[in-house]
Amino acid sequence: MTLSGPGLGLAISVFLACAVEAVEALTIVLAVGATRSWSSALSGVGAAACALGALVAILGPALTTLPIEAFRLTVGVVLLVFGLQWLRKAILRGVGLERLHDEDEIFRRETAAARAAAPARAGFDGYSFTIAFKGVLLEGLEVVFIVLTFGAGQHRVGLAAVAALAAVAVVLALGAAARAPLARAPENAMKFAVGVMLSSFGMFWGAEGAGASWPGGDAALLAIVPGLALCSIAIVRVMRRVMRNVPAPMPAAESVKPSFAVGERS
Amino acid sequence: MRRLRSAALGVWEFVVGDDWRTALGACAALALTASIAAAGVAAWWVMPVAVPCLLGLSLRRFGRRR
Repeated sequence: MTLSGPGLGLAISVFLACAVEAVEALTIVLAVGATRSWSSALSGVGAAACALGALVAILGPALTTLPIEAFRLTVGVVLLVFGLQWLRKAILRGVGLERLHDEDEIFRRETAAARAAAPARAGFDGYSFTIAFKGVLLEGLEVVFIVLTFGAGQHRVGLAAVAALAAVAVVLALGAAARAPLARAPENAMKFAVGVMLSSFGMFWGAEGAGASWPGGDAALLAIVPGLALCSIAIVRVMRRVMRNVPAPMPAAESVKPSFAVGERS
Repeated sequence: MRRLRSAALGVWEFVVGDDWRTALGACAALALTASIAAAGVAAWWVMPVAVPCLLGLSLRRFGRRR
């Protein structure tokens, strides 16, 4: 299988998006598994994974049969709107206007809730199953959405699914090694990158679907992606400068330190 | 009917979120792209101009709400 530029962009975007969601789901599963019942929590994970896999298996081939040119406008609009949502949230978290995702805090909260719930009976624990199932399903739905729209936009749902599975495998391996929530994962930086990629591809396909021709064809993405990333970073810098001049406190924010650098905690 | 409505609302919330103006702006920018392209003029530049503006305006609105 050859990997073109757009194909590589697809694989990276899906990998990062799936890794972010997998880190969040891992925290929930670890909390109920370690506190109550590993077997029931893992059953919930399995059931949710089957449901998500079935969604991709049913909708993926159906979407790839649609004519790509007509489909790209719809995919472009949806990806652009969805991607701008991710990017906006990542920027707001990066400048401290929204709370950062704190896996340690979520783990403590989930663990406390699991302890406070009715005690687990011997054998199957419905609480662990339900919480793990819901956690994985809800986090996974965003990934399925990205896999389907992104994959269908290039008629490469298979590649998108492989990238998603690879991300899950990496997160599971890291989680098994750490035996703790992956609180040091640079979640916000990853969300920022995914937001930039989704918005860029949405912009590209949307404009193509609307009848525009990009100079250089697919190579235009090499300018669109870094261009949007630079614009977004510039917006972050401007917002930080403006916020420095605003004396009002921000009680909801955990930190005003931007968290886009790789390796920094988000 | 109620289930259908809540499902539609769920999809809307999932894709569009709390900022419908940005979604509307993105659609308007694509409509402008289509109309310029239909006139036979290069239209690729519309989205690279519109998207950073939409993002900036969305963040500005959020900042003002705070």
